[in-house]
Amino acid sequence: MATLKIPVSGQDHIQGNAMAACTLVEYGDYECPNCGAAYPLVKDIQKHFGKRLRFVFRNFPMSRMHPSAQAAAEAAEFAATKGKFWEMHDLLYGNQDRLGVELFTELAKTLKLDPAALQKALDAKTFSERVGTDFSGGVRSGVNGTPTFYVNSERYDGSMDYDSMVAAIETALAS
Amino acid sequence: MSQLLSPGTPAPDFSLRVTPDQKLSLQDLRGKPVILAFYPADWSPVCGDQMALYNEILPEFQKHGAELLGISVDGVWCHTAFAKDRNLHFPLLADFEPKGEVARAYGAYFDQGGITERALFVIDKDGIIRWSFLSPLAVNPGADGILEALEALNK
Repeated sequence: MATLKIPVSGQDHIQGNAMAACTLVEYGDYECPNCGAAYPLVKDIQKHFGKRLRFVFRNFPMSRMHPSAQAAAEAAEFAATKGKFWEMHDLLYGNQDRLGVELFTELAKTLKLDPAALQKALDAKTFSERVGTDFSGGVRSGVNGTPTFYVNSERYDGSMDYDSMVAAIETALAS
Repeated sequence: MSQLLSPGTPAPDFSLRVTPDQKLSLQDLRGKPVILAFYPADWSPVCGDQMALYNEILPEFQKHGAELLGISVDGVWCHTAFAKDRNLHFPLLADFEPKGEVARAYGAYFDQGGITERALFVIDKDGIIRWSFLSPLAVNPGADGILEALEALNK
């Protein structure tokens, strides 16, 4: 059974109750269609569990397959330094079919971030190391495609549907 | 489930097609660690595809000087089209004729399905199997086990 090798820490993007009994970690790629499909699913799961669940998103861009995935991850990390990671995360998944420089500029404006500063960070690869660290940690933890989920540090190998995932989290909460 | 060759066993040599006019043998790679990844078939769904994943992780394998070889019973033209479509940067071997002969030698052939199992081997620079792992057919095993095995080689 593959387990999460990098514990959740202050370096992570965490949503929900910090003291929650269950943690759901996703390794995801902004350009991956399966991650796009999982995006509303995660929202529903968060809504269902409320304070009992915290959610962590880590970058796992499959760059050779998805040419804009790395830049999208870096754009989200740029937004994170301005306290707007989740807003950017939502907008990237909400506009998954239009990923690219033009969209990143538009989203920066929407979030009242400086588009020129974002462009500069992308050109300079300022956040590529941060994204790479997430990626390597994912490889170590047995990420086997995107998205890969961990429920309380155990890789979730079940099917990616609401009922199955809710059941897995319920089991984790009960143990 | 199949019974894989275990660690400590010399890896059976083979010579298989990698392109329509080129063969690769295990012997050619002596001196480097080799990762042999048997997988059931080309063209499985994109995002969870094991070969596409390894393609992304290739730089981590290369840090250990290791060569990655994918191997299935698909023919060489099928492999060529698949590798091109997925932009794969490592060789895919065709265990095509006699079908599955190499997989059988490694204990990694799934008779009922007529395909190779999802099985991983890490072979050291002297051609000895150091680690093997059989994954359920439906579960992509990821690469954590491979990396741990490669690290253990240097200890």
